[in-house]
Parts: sequence; structure tokens; C-alpha cells
Amino acid sequence: MPKRNDIKKVLVIGSGPIVIGQAAEFDYAGTQACRSLKEEGVEVVLINSNPATIMTDKDIADKVYIEPLTVKVLEQLILKEKPDSILPTLGGQAGLNLGMELAESGFLEKNGVKLIGTTAATIKKAEDRLEFKETMEKIGEPVAPSLVVENVDDGIEFAKKIGYPVVLRPAYTLGGSGGGIANNEHEAREILANGLRLSRVGQVLVERCIAGWKEVEYEVIRDNLGNCITVCNMENVDPVGVHTGDSIVVAPSQTLSDKEYQLLRSAALNIIDELKITGGCNVQFALHPNSFEYCVIEVNPRVSRSSALASKATGYPIAKVAAKIALGYNLDEIKNAITGKTYASFEPALDYCVVKIPRLPFDKFITAKRTLTTQMKATGEVMSICDSFEGALMKAIRSLEQHVDCLLSYDFSALNAEQLVKKLSVVYDQRMYVIAEALRRGMEAETIHEITGWDLWFIDKIDILVSMEKTLRSQLVTPQLLKEAKRLEFPDEVISRLNGMSIENIKAMREENSITAAYKMVDTCAAEFKAETPYFYSVYHGEDEAKEADSTGKDKKILVLGSGPIRIGQGIEFDYCSVHATWAFERAGYETIIVNNNPETVSTDFDIADKLYFEPLTPEDVENIVNIEHPDGAVVQFGGQTAIKLTEALMKMGVKILGTSAENVDKAEDRELFDEVLAETGIKRPAGHTVYTAEEAIKAANELGYPVLVRPSYVLGGQGMRIAFNDDEINEFIGIINRIAQDHPILVDKYMMGKEVEVDAVCDGEDILIPGIMEHVERAGIHSGDSISIYPAPTLSEKVKETIADYTRKLAKALNVIGLINIQFIAMPNEEVYCIEVNPRSSRTVPYISKVTGIPIVDLATRVIIGGKIKELGYEPGLQKEADYFAIKMPVFSFEKVYGAEISLGPEMKSTGECLGIAKDYNEALYKAFLGAGVVLPKYKQVIITVKDSDKAEVIDIGRRFEALGYRIYATRSTAKVLRDNGVNALKVNKISQESPTVMDLILGHKIDLVIDTPTQGYTKNRDGFLIRRTSIETGVNCITALDTAKALLGSMEAAQGELKLSLVDIAEIDKRG
Amino acid sequence: MKALKAFLILENGNVFEGESRGSQKEVISELVFNTSMTGYLEVLTDPSYAGQAVCMTYPLIGNYGICLDDEEADRPWTDGFIVHELSRVDSNFRSGGSLEDYLKKHDIPCVAGIDTRALTKILRESGTMNAMITTNENYDLNEIIPRLKAYTTGKVVEKVSCKEYYDVPAVKDLKENGVLAGQTTTQASIIKKPETIERVPSRIKALTGAGLKVAILDVGMKKDIALNLAMRGCDVRVFPESTKAEEILSYDPDGIMISNGPGDPKECDGVIKELSKLYESDKAIFAICLGHQLMALATGADTHKMKYGHRGANHPVKDKLTGRVYISSQNHGYVVDENTVDPAVAESAFINVNDGTNEGLKYKNKRIFTVQFHPEACGGPLDSAYLFERFISMMKGEEK
Repeated sequence: MPKRNDIKKVLVIGSGPIVIGQAAEFDYAGTQACRSLKEEGVEVVLINSNPATIMTDKDIADKVYIEPLTVKVLEQLILKEKPDSILPTLGGQAGLNLGMELAESGFLEKNGVKLIGTTAATIKKAEDRLEFKETMEKIGEPVAPSLVVENVDDGIEFAKKIGYPVVLRPAYTLGGSGGGIANNEHEAREILANGLRLSRVGQVLVERCIAGWKEVEYEVIRDNLGNCITVCNMENVDPVGVHTGDSIVVAPSQTLSDKEYQLLRSAALNIIDELKITGGCNVQFALHPNSFEYCVIEVNPRVSRSSALASKATGYPIAKVAAKIALGYNLDEIKNAITGKTYASFEPALDYCVVKIPRLPFDKFITAKRTLTTQMKATGEVMSICDSFEGALMKAIRSLEQHVDCLLSYDFSALNAEQLVKKLSVVYDQRMYVIAEALRRGMEAETIHEITGWDLWFIDKIDILVSMEKTLRSQLVTPQLLKEAKRLEFPDEVISRLNGMSIENIKAMREENSITAAYKMVDTCAAEFKAETPYFYSVYHGEDEAKEADSTGKDKKILVLGSGPIRIGQGIEFDYCSVHATWAFERAGYETIIVNNNPETVSTDFDIADKLYFEPLTPEDVENIVNIEHPDGAVVQFGGQTAIKLTEALMKMGVKILGTSAENVDKAEDRELFDEVLAETGIKRPAGHTVYTAEEAIKAANELGYPVLVRPSYVLGGQGMRIAFNDDEINEFIGIINRIAQDHPILVDKYMMGKEVEVDAVCDGEDILIPGIMEHVERAGIHSGDSISIYPAPTLSEKVKETIADYTRKLAKALNVIGLINIQFIAMPNEEVYCIEVNPRSSRTVPYISKVTGIPIVDLATRVIIGGKIKELGYEPGLQKEADYFAIKMPVFSFEKVYGAEISLGPEMKSTGECLGIAKDYNEALYKAFLGAGVVLPKYKQVIITVKDSDKAEVIDIGRRFEALGYRIYATRSTAKVLRDNGVNALKVNKISQESPTVMDLILGHKIDLVIDTPTQGYTKNRDGFLIRRTSIETGVNCITALDTAKALLGSMEAAQGELKLSLVDIAEIDKRG
Repeated sequence: MKALKAFLILENGNVFEGESRGSQKEVISELVFNTSMTGYLEVLTDPSYAGQAVCMTYPLIGNYGICLDDEEADRPWTDGFIVHELSRVDSNFRSGGSLEDYLKKHDIPCVAGIDTRALTKILRESGTMNAMITTNENYDLNEIIPRLKAYTTGKVVEKVSCKEYYDVPAVKDLKENGVLAGQTTTQASIIKKPETIERVPSRIKALTGAGLKVAILDVGMKKDIALNLAMRGCDVRVFPESTKAEEILSYDPDGIMISNGPGDPKECDGVIKELSKLYESDKAIFAICLGHQLMALATGADTHKMKYGHRGANHPVKDKLTGRVYISSQNHGYVVDENTVDPAVAESAFINVNDGTNEGLKYKNKRIFTVQFHPEACGGPLDSAYLFERFISMMKGEEK
């Protein structure tokens, strides 16, 4: 069937802010699909509240709305833009739910809009637990015995019937929010109550526990004629019980015979056919390890994290094909973009092995429980490709950016035999390393298999790696041994560490014996057809295909280093920068080469750069690529810390770093050198000292005067940073810091109580362009990534703005910045401005400020890096004219997913994503930003306030304003007293330790809109507060830990009183200002 | 333990050095590649590979060991096996041993540890060629290459076919097929521990072929072709390739199946002659792979050797009757030249979506249809198993 001609204008729904369970994969899928739709001449209207995405660029869609993803906003947008169709299958669960609600309410039908890519009936059949079960029973596909319950008692009764343990899954939540395995009635009650509340429809599925079975997924595509193919199957190394997003996954399956493979493949096809899905779909199975018994765990009738992984693992562009199918094409009419010869109606054949490892956030949430469950906790993932499982695993490990490079990276040698066995049974992120330790001690593979449920084949692979460790420790390195170690992807550094042979000697031996990396192509067809798309991975074996790849005919080559896995502190915005830089280089006539290892991103789509190397971002791996490609230069300023870290290594390899020089990057990062720069430019920064011991720190703090900011040097993203108010706290923090980063100096700075301000700027060596100044709602002390950020700065005087522009210019020039620079300032009430941080590279705010000012900053920076001048490029240098609307960036957190994580905000970043609120009116923009982040108030008009002493004076006005909004205010003893003394009617509630009803009972009563809890410092004193905050988050109650945030929320609520009609802004129409 | 070196010497002079992992005997054979990611035992035991050495493009082979139930014949037929990595352990609940031991037991040489992708690219670019597997380090290319060039697979069908006819009795009760796929878990077995079910679950839901008699002409048949019919209720008798048409007809079958098999179809002049007689009968005939080619030759069409053939589990074929595309399991080096098919005799019924080659013929005014791919799968997708139902309908006279 040819293209449908009734589809001319399509509304694509994005997935919103990045949260755990819904990350960059939807930007990748959405971007690919939008480009695919535009290719067919369809007008694309895009809505996504996330400004850090590539899909929200005006080059991706014709009309771009960065607006809250709510039914109301969508209805308004549909009335405004009048699309004829909606494609809801690209925006993850969020997009699907919205599409579903619009269809169910009859709004779409009334307005003549159709859902394409799927139907409401299909979504319901796949997503509604009961309908899904009935559908599966109808076609004879088994599901574990289960019952959908709408109250706790029914759940308990059924659990008794099928026996514990039982799995509990709330309906319509993403990433399995609120779900879990209950081993007894007590646990079941707790999880059920919580899950019922989190579910959009108040339903929880109680089912037989199939933990320990093999978990296998199939990515399936079906077209309008009913043709079905499976793109790829994947096997979870961790058996059922761990969310697939938190599992180590291998593609294709390794331990399934053809009979099992086809059994499940046929089942997957059977299912997608019955659900009548047109497009992509993910089917998850549990397969009994000792029989052919299987059951269907879940079906996702949309693109997903797994489909992104499958696309990258095979080279088959699932989202693109799904978009074409939505337009009416069938699989045999869509060309395979990789071979250019074959069609989309085939199944990729892999001739390599792919391993994915999740990136878990426990380094950021040190108090969180590390166990892995059916509730996803990973913020991102890495993928690697090799011709052996061992090699792929080793490459994936060192891609993680967690200071790990082999199976010895976590040391369990201190455990005794009994402790080790106990540790093996814990399902957590480091279990693989525990298995390695067990094998090192000679534990039988069978025993490990019985404890962990890992298949013997995977355990054997770990054993092969462990044996190599042993050999390297005990034997002289011969070329033969080195060859084998490299085949298993042992980095030179690890070989050196194990063996004692120096890295230089290892390198020399490798060169002498031609033990070098060769690059193989990912071609979807195992070399059966000649492929045209240069997508490569390395192996230490055989022929190199990268050298022989078709030349682009361009005379300059640029290496763009990606940003690795998505983790807190380094998110999707750096992928945005890498991709835009690549495009800018391409437009400037360069051959572009991307190196990255994150399967979720746009940058690792095979048609972004001229060449894609799917490789770890370590010096050794990058050097191997450099040796083949000999790039004319590399650009590191767009890939976040991951890329910056490679600067020195690249220079050693003789690769020219384009843009700001490494030496100048150092100047910004080295405290002493930076002090010189500040002295030279006459810019102040908060006074401070570098110390090594607690005693010195206390001395320094007293000299500076409390409060002070204490932080370890050489640690990124504010990790370990604290504000200390007295000597005791210094002692406590130094103890914590020494656990994280020993032997490094500790910085003690005067804490400045002012407005935090941030700028991004482009400097060409002479002129500087500042698109705008962003002001943070929260005062200094909260990580900039966790602050609400407002452009244009609403409270700064012209004088302060001028000072900031002047300082930015001076700093950029003093650091000889060529390209991007990000600076954070503190503006004091007396109009004094202090500089607190300079990053001579792209930052988190670059996509946001680019979009809201209409100035393509990355493109501009790239052109400057290759010699362009701001003036020649058509821009007026200096601080640009302010926009006539407010654009507010709101951080979004995933605290409810990570059990035990401390949610109070501080100098260490905790947010996983962001959304935007944009409007002419400040409070409307604020309202939209909160709405986009899922804060929809009021509901019950009840608030709990409990603040630390230093906040008491400020809380009075907040109390008044809540009262004026009709809120009932509950407060703990001393807060209540302050409020009441000042005429605010606050009801006193008991602390947790006091008799019931306490503040906890109130929260658990589910009638509270909001908890405002500003934490007192110090871990021990703070246990009550921690419990209150965790309970709020886990019961779905909004919780705010900074008064500034509370005030902003109040402003937005006050503005939204009555019926607020939101204005919708088409970002694509924002032109550059000047 | 250091493995013995093994060499794979190609007709074009390329030599790959790997480890010897099966039998150490020296063989000369035609070299082909297969892109299936699972089903290595099915490949090894598929009689169509007789006279050929197979290179698996998927690099990790032997992971799930040898599940003897999955053999397509009672012995492996490939001359040699080339893999990138042979698994050290065999991990599967049905595994009865390692692939390496199996290869040794059946005296099949195996080269492991070579760049199978580079080898595949050579075969793709230069076409299928002959090769030698040897453990002799002192090989002499000048001596070997002429021998490689001179080698032909010859009349392999005689070698692989059964020597005497035998019966595969019909399944009388669906339960004999084992558990129906998907019916094992849940509903009933809530509390009780799942019993170990070792038989592959069946997807056959009805005995549609009950009461029908099928004669299979075995020109290198995979076991599952007969089983697919028997499991649907057909009484199956398998005849050797040398069987005369008269003998088959005197068995009075409701339908005749011409099986898959190895080698150049034109070598089978005897079979072709008998097939033209069967064509003249009014029996329902279904042919697979070599059988498809032989029927085409018997009715005046021509076949030719492909550059490197289709061998794998991911080949898209389009059913021209319905427009639907199915993913099929394939193993053939020869193909029916569609231009030579007399439009009065037959029409193209299936084509390969990738390269447009013929994948099936529907004979005019006859109850005959033939396909180039393998609806019995094993290994590979089961998508086209519906063709057995079509054959059964044809035998019943429900479909022309």
C-alpha cells in the first residue's frame, strides 16, 4: 500500500522531562521519526516540555511547542494547529497515555483528528492489565496467573491463593513505579497501598512470581498489511526479578537454542498480530530455565528504551520505520537505510555480540538502597559491541564513567567465604563483580548459578575473564598472551596493573606484533550484502573495515567526542551539543566522526555523522580510532566532562584540540591558576582556603566566618559539597569527604547569600556574544542544575547585568576562550558580583538558552572554533536584547524511583531532567514550568510546613500566602509557633517520635498537597526530616526543600487562581534577537 | 592446553589460520556461509549441506550445546564447519554434550578462531568457492589450488537419500505432539512446580491432515518436513530418491512431497524424469527447495547457480497471492530462472524481497505448488508453516 494521502499534518507527542524510566531514548526515537515524516513531505507539529532535546529544534519539526504535556494543553494545541493526525507512540508512556486520554474523551473524533501508528483500542489491549490478560488467553499466549485489584484486601486474598512471593505492578506507570516483589503479607500490604495510589487508574496487578526465570525480549514490527518481523531479541543476564532497564542485557540471546528462540519469536508475532499494532512493539517473556514453559511479562505497543537499544544493536532504525508505517507504507516498500539495497521487511542478522550495562545513580544517592528490583533505577546505559561476549562486557564496563575498568574494580577480597556467599545472593548493581570474586576463590560455577540464577554460560564468560586476570598476574607477558588479553578487551592499563609491565612496554609489544584494534561494520546483515553506512566497532582480530570505507571526499576531518551514559549531572543536553556541533562541522565541509557509547542518544544514530564509532570513551579506545582516522582535530567542549577528560590524552596523541586550548581549560579548573586570572581581571570570588585536615578547615572557616562551603577538589558535579554553619558540621563533612575523595585538598569558601546567576557565551577570541542572563530562583547553595532558572533575569538591576556582561567578557578573554563558556556568578544585594565557577565548555543550559533566544549557540560556537568571527557570522557581539517573554527551566527529579535517596537539595546535583515554562507573563511561565514538572495544585488545599530555625522568619509570609489561597496549614511545633505568633492559623502536628497522629500519619493519609521541609544540617540530626521527605515522595506528595522554591510555587498558584488560559508559544518562530 | 592449528585454504589462494576443533581430517569441499544466529545443529544435520563446508557468520557458536532432538537427520552432513568462537561450555537444559565433542564423534573438521566476517565478505564478493580444511602446516598452495579448482560436489543426492522407504505414522491425537505452545504455564499450574517438559511445544492446533496419505520423495529430506505432515495427522511414507513414479503412485497417496536436498539440481536427471511423470498424474504435489527446482526442471524451466546463494533464517519472501511478506529459513545455492518458466505451465507465486529471485511456483491447472524456502523451518522462523495447511487443503480438494 502506498502512502496514505489523508495525512498532511501530524502532531508528534514527546516524552517530557528526563526521569528514570523515560530518558534520552525518546529524543532519539522522536527525532528520527520527525525527520522520517518530514522526508515524506508531512508537516510536523511537535510538543515536548523538555527543552534539552534535539527533537524540539526547529530543524527537526516545522512547529515546536515546548509546553507542559497535559490533556488540556494538547487540546488547546490541537485547536490552534489543527493537525489531521496524532502520532503518540514515540513519546514513551507519557505520550501514549496522553494520546489515549484524548481519544477516550472523544475530543479527537470531535475535531476530526485521528491517532496514527496505533489505535486507542490497541493501547488499551496492551496496557490495561485485564484486557491484556484476556487477549493473551484468547490467543493462547500464557501470562503468569494474576489478578487486577483495586483495593488492598483483594490483593492480599489473591496473593494467599497463588502463594508468596508475588509481584505487584501498578497499571499505567512508567518504569514500573511503585511496583515490587512482596515476600509476605506485610510487604504486600505496603506495596499495594502505594501502587494503587500511583497508578493512573488505581489498579495494581498481583501475579505469580516468576523471579529466576530467563528474561528475554523481542522487538517486533508489524505493518498495515499484517507483515511482522522481529528486529532483534535480547536476553537479560540477570534473571526475571530485575527490571530490564536495570539488567545487563545481551543481544542476540546467547543461551537459547533455535527451538526456544523460535518458540518465543512466534509468540511475539502472534501477540503483535492480535493487538493489531502498526509500528514497533516490545514483548518481554519469562522463560523457564529448565523447560519450554514461558509466559508473557509485558508488551509495550510503542517505541521504548529496548527498541532504541535494538536499533543501535542491529542498525535497524525502528522509529524511522514505525513512522513510515504510520504513514501507510508497508515493510517491503521501505528501504533498509544501511544496505541501501534490501528492504525493511527482513530480520537483521548480527555477526557480533552486544552488551548493555545500566548506569545506576548510587554514586549520587549514597543513602539509597542499592538492590535492584522490578522498579527501574538506572538513569542511563552504555552499550558495547564486540565479536565476543567477554570483549563486549569489558568494553561496556569501562564505558560506564564510574571509575571502573575491569572485574576487579570493586574489591570484595576482604569478605570471608560465608560473607561472600551472602553477598552473592544480593541482587544489586555490583553483583557481577561479586561473581568474579567467587570464581577467583574457586567457587563452583554451578553453586554460583544456583545462588544468582545467572546462566552457566554467562558465568563461564566471567570465569574466562577471571582466568585471564590470574594469568596476567602470574606470567610474563608474551605476544601470544597479550594478543589473547586484548582479544578479551583488557585495557593496557589493567594489563599493566595486573602484570607490572609498563604501559609503554605493552604498547611497544603491541605495535611490534601488530596487536592493534580493527574496526568492523554494523551492517544489519552479517556481511551478506555490501553496506553503505559506516557504523563501526572494534575487535582485536582480523581485518579492518574502517580504512576501506568509502571516503567522503572531504579534505578535513573532525573528531567529535560524545558524552557517554546519561547520569545525574551529565544528561541529554550534552548530546544535544555534540549533535549540533557535528551538524555544524558538516555544513562547514568537514568529514565528521562521532565516538560515543550511549545507545539511547541521537548522536549514536548512524546517519548523524559521516562515521560513527560505537566505542568506550577512554584514552586507549580513542587513540585506536585516532590511529586509523588521523583526524585534523578534535572537539571536546561539547561532550561534557567525559570529553573534557580526554583533552590531555588527545594532545599526547598529537591531535589538535579545536577551540579553547587545554592550557586555558586548566586555568579555569585549577584554583591557583584561576585566582591569578581573577586577580588579573579584577573580579572577585568568595574568599576561601585550600586545606587538608579538619583542624585546618575549622581554622579557615572561623577566619572566613560561617556559613562556609566545604567541598573536595577534583570532584565533579558538586559531589560531596556541603554548607557548614559551625565547627561540628565541618568535622562531620570532612569525614564524609574523606570517604569519597581521599588525598585531595579540601576547599573551604565563604558562603555568599546572594542571587545565583548563570551565563553561557560564545567567544571568538576578540568578541563575545551573550545570548542572555539566567537567574536562579533558589539562592546560592543549591546546585545550578537543581535550581529553577529564569530568562531573562527578573530581579537584577541594569547595573548588575552590565557588570555580569563585563565580567563575562573579561573572563572569556583572559582565558582565551574560543567557543563556549559558562560562568556562574553571585549577585549580592549591594550589587556586588562574585564569580563562583567558570566552565570553558558547553553547559546544561545551552539547549535551553539557544531555544528561548533563537540563537543557535552550538552552531555559532562551532563556526567560531573553526575560525569564524561573530560579526562576520551576522551577529552583533555583546549581551543580546532581552526577550519579551519569560522562559523558565524547571528541574525534574526521580526521587520516588530510588528508594532511600535523600531528596533535600544542596550543592550536589540530584535532578534527572528539566522542563520549560514559557509565557509573556512571569507567573504564567512559572505556572507552566511547574505544570510541566507534574506539580498540579491545589488539590486538597492542605500543606505541611516544617523549617529549620534560620528559615523561620522567612516562612511567615509563605504561611500567609498559603492561607490566602485557602490552604489549611499544618506545622511542626516550633514552626507552628512562629506562624501562629505572627497571625497565621497553623495547626500543630506531632513529630514522628511523638504520639499519633504525627506528621507521618498526615502524609500517609493522602490528603496533603505539599510538604515544605527545609532540612537542618547534619545527617544524624536530620533523621526525622529525612523520613518526612522520603515518605512524601514515596506517597506522591510534592515536597519542597527550599523556601525560594516554595515562593515561586506560590507565585504560580496565585497567578493560576480562577481559570488561567495558557498561551502557546511556537519556538520555531523565535528569531534571533539583536 | 594448546589447540592444534587448522588452515582454511580457499580456491582463490586466501588462507585463514585458526584452531582445529573437531576432527583433524583433511577435507575439500564447497564453502558457503550461513547467517542464522541460532540453529547450528540444524545446519550441521541438514542433508542439503552435503558436499559443503559451512561458515557460521554469527561468532558465538555452541553456546547451548547439542540438543539431539533438534537433529534434522541422524547424522551431520556438512563436510566441515567454520566458526569464530566455539563455546567452552554447553548451557541448556536439553543439552546432551558439547558441539566440539559432537563434531569429533562424527569426524567433522572444524576451524575456529578465524575472522569469519572477512571470510564471508570474500564469499560475497567472489562467490561460493571450494576450499580445504587441513591441519597440515606445510601445505603447498601450488599443489592444493588445482585440486580445489577441480573439485565438484557431484551426485550428492544419492548419498543423502534413504535407501529404503519407511513410514512416519500420523499423529492420531493432538496430545502426541506434546504440549501446545503457550499452554504450559498459568491457569492450572498455579501452585504446583512446573514439571520439566523437554519436548518442543507444538504450534499445531488441529489434525487437519487426518486420513490423508502423503508420499515424500526424499532427495535429502530434513526430518521436520515429514514431521510437519505427520503432526498434522497425515500418514507419511518416505521414498528413496531412486523410486520410480509408478511405485509412488501405486502407494496411492493423496499428495506427494518432494523434499529439499543438496547439490546442483541438474545432476538429478533420474529424479527429474520421474517427476515429469508425477506431474502428469493428478496428485497434489508440494515441493520444497531442491524439490522445487527439480519440478521446475521437469516441466521445462531452467535453474542456475547463484553467486553465493541464500543461507540463513532471515530471508523475506513475498506470497504473491496475498501480498504478505514472511521471514523464511533458506538454504540454497541454485535458483529457478523465472524467465524460463513457461507461463502456460506455472506462474511465480513467491519472490525474494531482497533480490527479486524466484521463491515459489504455482502450477497452472494442477494441484502443484513448490517453494524455494523452508516452511518446516528448523532452524529459523515458523512463519510459513501455513503452507503445510495449504498443501493439506489442496490434497482435500479445498484449494486448487
